[in-house]
Amino acid sequence: MNPAIAITNLNHAYGDSPVLKNLSFSIRKGSFFIIIGPNGSGKTTLLKIISGIIKPGKGRMQILGRPFDGYKQRTLAKTIALVPQIVSEDFPFTVMELVLMGRSPYLNILGLEQPGDLKIAKQAMAFTGVEHLANRKLDQLSGGERQRVFIARAICQEPQIILLDEPTASLDLAHQGRVMDLMERLKNEKGMTIVMVSHDVNLAAMYGDSLLLLKQGQIVGIGDPGEVLTYQTLEQAYGCTLLVDKSPLGEFPRVTLVPQRLNQVES
Amino acid sequence: MKSPFILKRLLIVSFFLALLLFVAVFLGLAMGSAGSEIKAVLRSLLKQGNSDSLLETVIWGIRFPRVLTATLVGATLSLGGLVFQALLRNPLAEPYILGISGGSAVGAIIGILMGFARFPGVSLTAFAGSMATLLLILALSTGKSILKKDSLLLSGVMVNAFCSAVIMFLISLTQDSRLHNIIFWLMGDLSMADMGQVRILLVMLLPCFVLLFFLSHRMNLLLLGKEMALTMGVNVKVVTVTLLVVTSFMVSITVSHCGLLGFVGLVMPHLLRLLLGPDHRVLVPACLIGGGAYMVFCDLLARVLPRQGEMPGGVITAMIGAPLFIFLLKRSKR
Repeated sequence: MNPAIAITNLNHAYGDSPVLKNLSFSIRKGSFFIIIGPNGSGKTTLLKIISGIIKPGKGRMQILGRPFDGYKQRTLAKTIALVPQIVSEDFPFTVMELVLMGRSPYLNILGLEQPGDLKIAKQAMAFTGVEHLANRKLDQLSGGERQRVFIARAICQEPQIILLDEPTASLDLAHQGRVMDLMERLKNEKGMTIVMVSHDVNLAAMYGDSLLLLKQGQIVGIGDPGEVLTYQTLEQAYGCTLLVDKSPLGEFPRVTLVPQRLNQVES
Repeated sequence: MKSPFILKRLLIVSFFLALLLFVAVFLGLAMGSAGSEIKAVLRSLLKQGNSDSLLETVIWGIRFPRVLTATLVGATLSLGGLVFQALLRNPLAEPYILGISGGSAVGAIIGILMGFARFPGVSLTAFAGSMATLLLILALSTGKSILKKDSLLLSGVMVNAFCSAVIMFLISLTQDSRLHNIIFWLMGDLSMADMGQVRILLVMLLPCFVLLFFLSHRMNLLLLGKEMALTMGVNVKVVTVTLLVVTSFMVSITVSHCGLLGFVGLVMPHLLRLLLGPDHRVLVPACLIGGGAYMVFCDLLARVLPRQGEMPGGVITAMIGAPLFIFLLKRSKR
């Protein structure tokens, strides 16, 4: 089976400063793939390259077995959907209007939705639990509701791969869990491939099938959470003292930050 | 039912605004400095009874082309404002924001000073002026920076500022009756319309309207930012440049024809957005019809209000538009 995404020798630079250096890895179809790493490690750039927003400097990329350059923009939009981190709210659409925009790559030249599109949008909103907000304006939503609305928009695009840029940042614990559970259900029930950039190594440990740990544009670790989240690799990537033990919840690691005050007592 | 629901909404909105436009056009035909003749217009429309031939000439030969011109100009400026507000994602954008007004004003004033006739001479020099500024703006913000909204905006503001200085300079050199012509042009003037010019306007503007309607759904997506639009299958660069060039072109045509009618393009898109929401597939036709109706009403007031002669249309559009807009804004904030 072809991988969802296969990347070979990918390089990218902003001006003279390299951001991604010679990355090669692949993402299995139907898996939950989480990219972690310190600030400035190139996580978001990588996500933007996969979504087609940025053209990479050098390297090859295949999506579902076909070369990336062979995709027309519309076909790519039917294959990959993005849940962005920040979206402008200058012109407040309603939740329904926003979710329906996910149908864009399927619409005819006039851009008018058919009843079938409406049905898909309603199903997507039901899936993320935001149907009751359909007529609410975007600027009247809480952070958690907004995130689920934008996920519904991505589902409405009926992609095979969903990319998310730090979807749990600035959400409370309950909403973080809700978003992660939603993505897990999408993977299990619809067979979608989930690619997420995250700062939360513990969420990554609990939900990710495979993790990619980046530092300064290079791969420090790749594999299942148990392989990547060892204190040696993590300390190498983040440069701080960490405690890694087994989670009481199951067979995955738990990462705890060690405050400097306690660290000094030990040494 | 096979027709999509958005189409239904679009048709309902268009229908009610079209009623408004119809009333405006009717009043525009019936009223004027020669007195109001509602019955005569009705009779003439229904082709009944013996009609007064002088009145017929006034209504169909003078007022009709003028009302049509007002409709087209109002429609173009409202739609132009709508597109620029979406494109620059700036609620203060208006159709003149990229310096089209300044460029065509310089062109027009040069035409007037050289003693050209109002049509086609001054119209042509004005159009040349606005196209020159458009090319200048495009050259200033070529390549990547055309997608950065602020660089376009800044270039436009600077070009307009420079043109204002040139306009002031030219005015300061003028002393005779041409000064009056210049000032009337700067304030917007619909009094020169005839059917031949209406036809020219129609032929040039209609394709622009149709094209912009086809792009209306992509304008919705652009409002979410160019990155989001890209991941939803929009060719952002092509769409941006097309919107920019088509809109500038159609606004240039009306400006070079009728001068600077201010405020319609700023206030009408806002007003309709407050009433109808931000979906451009509804807003594009709404701005065309609603903007047309608004301009016809304003032009009617400009003709009827003064005891002698008439006021420049631009004065009325701003005098009514600004308070109306503030009122609606206050109400929507509640």
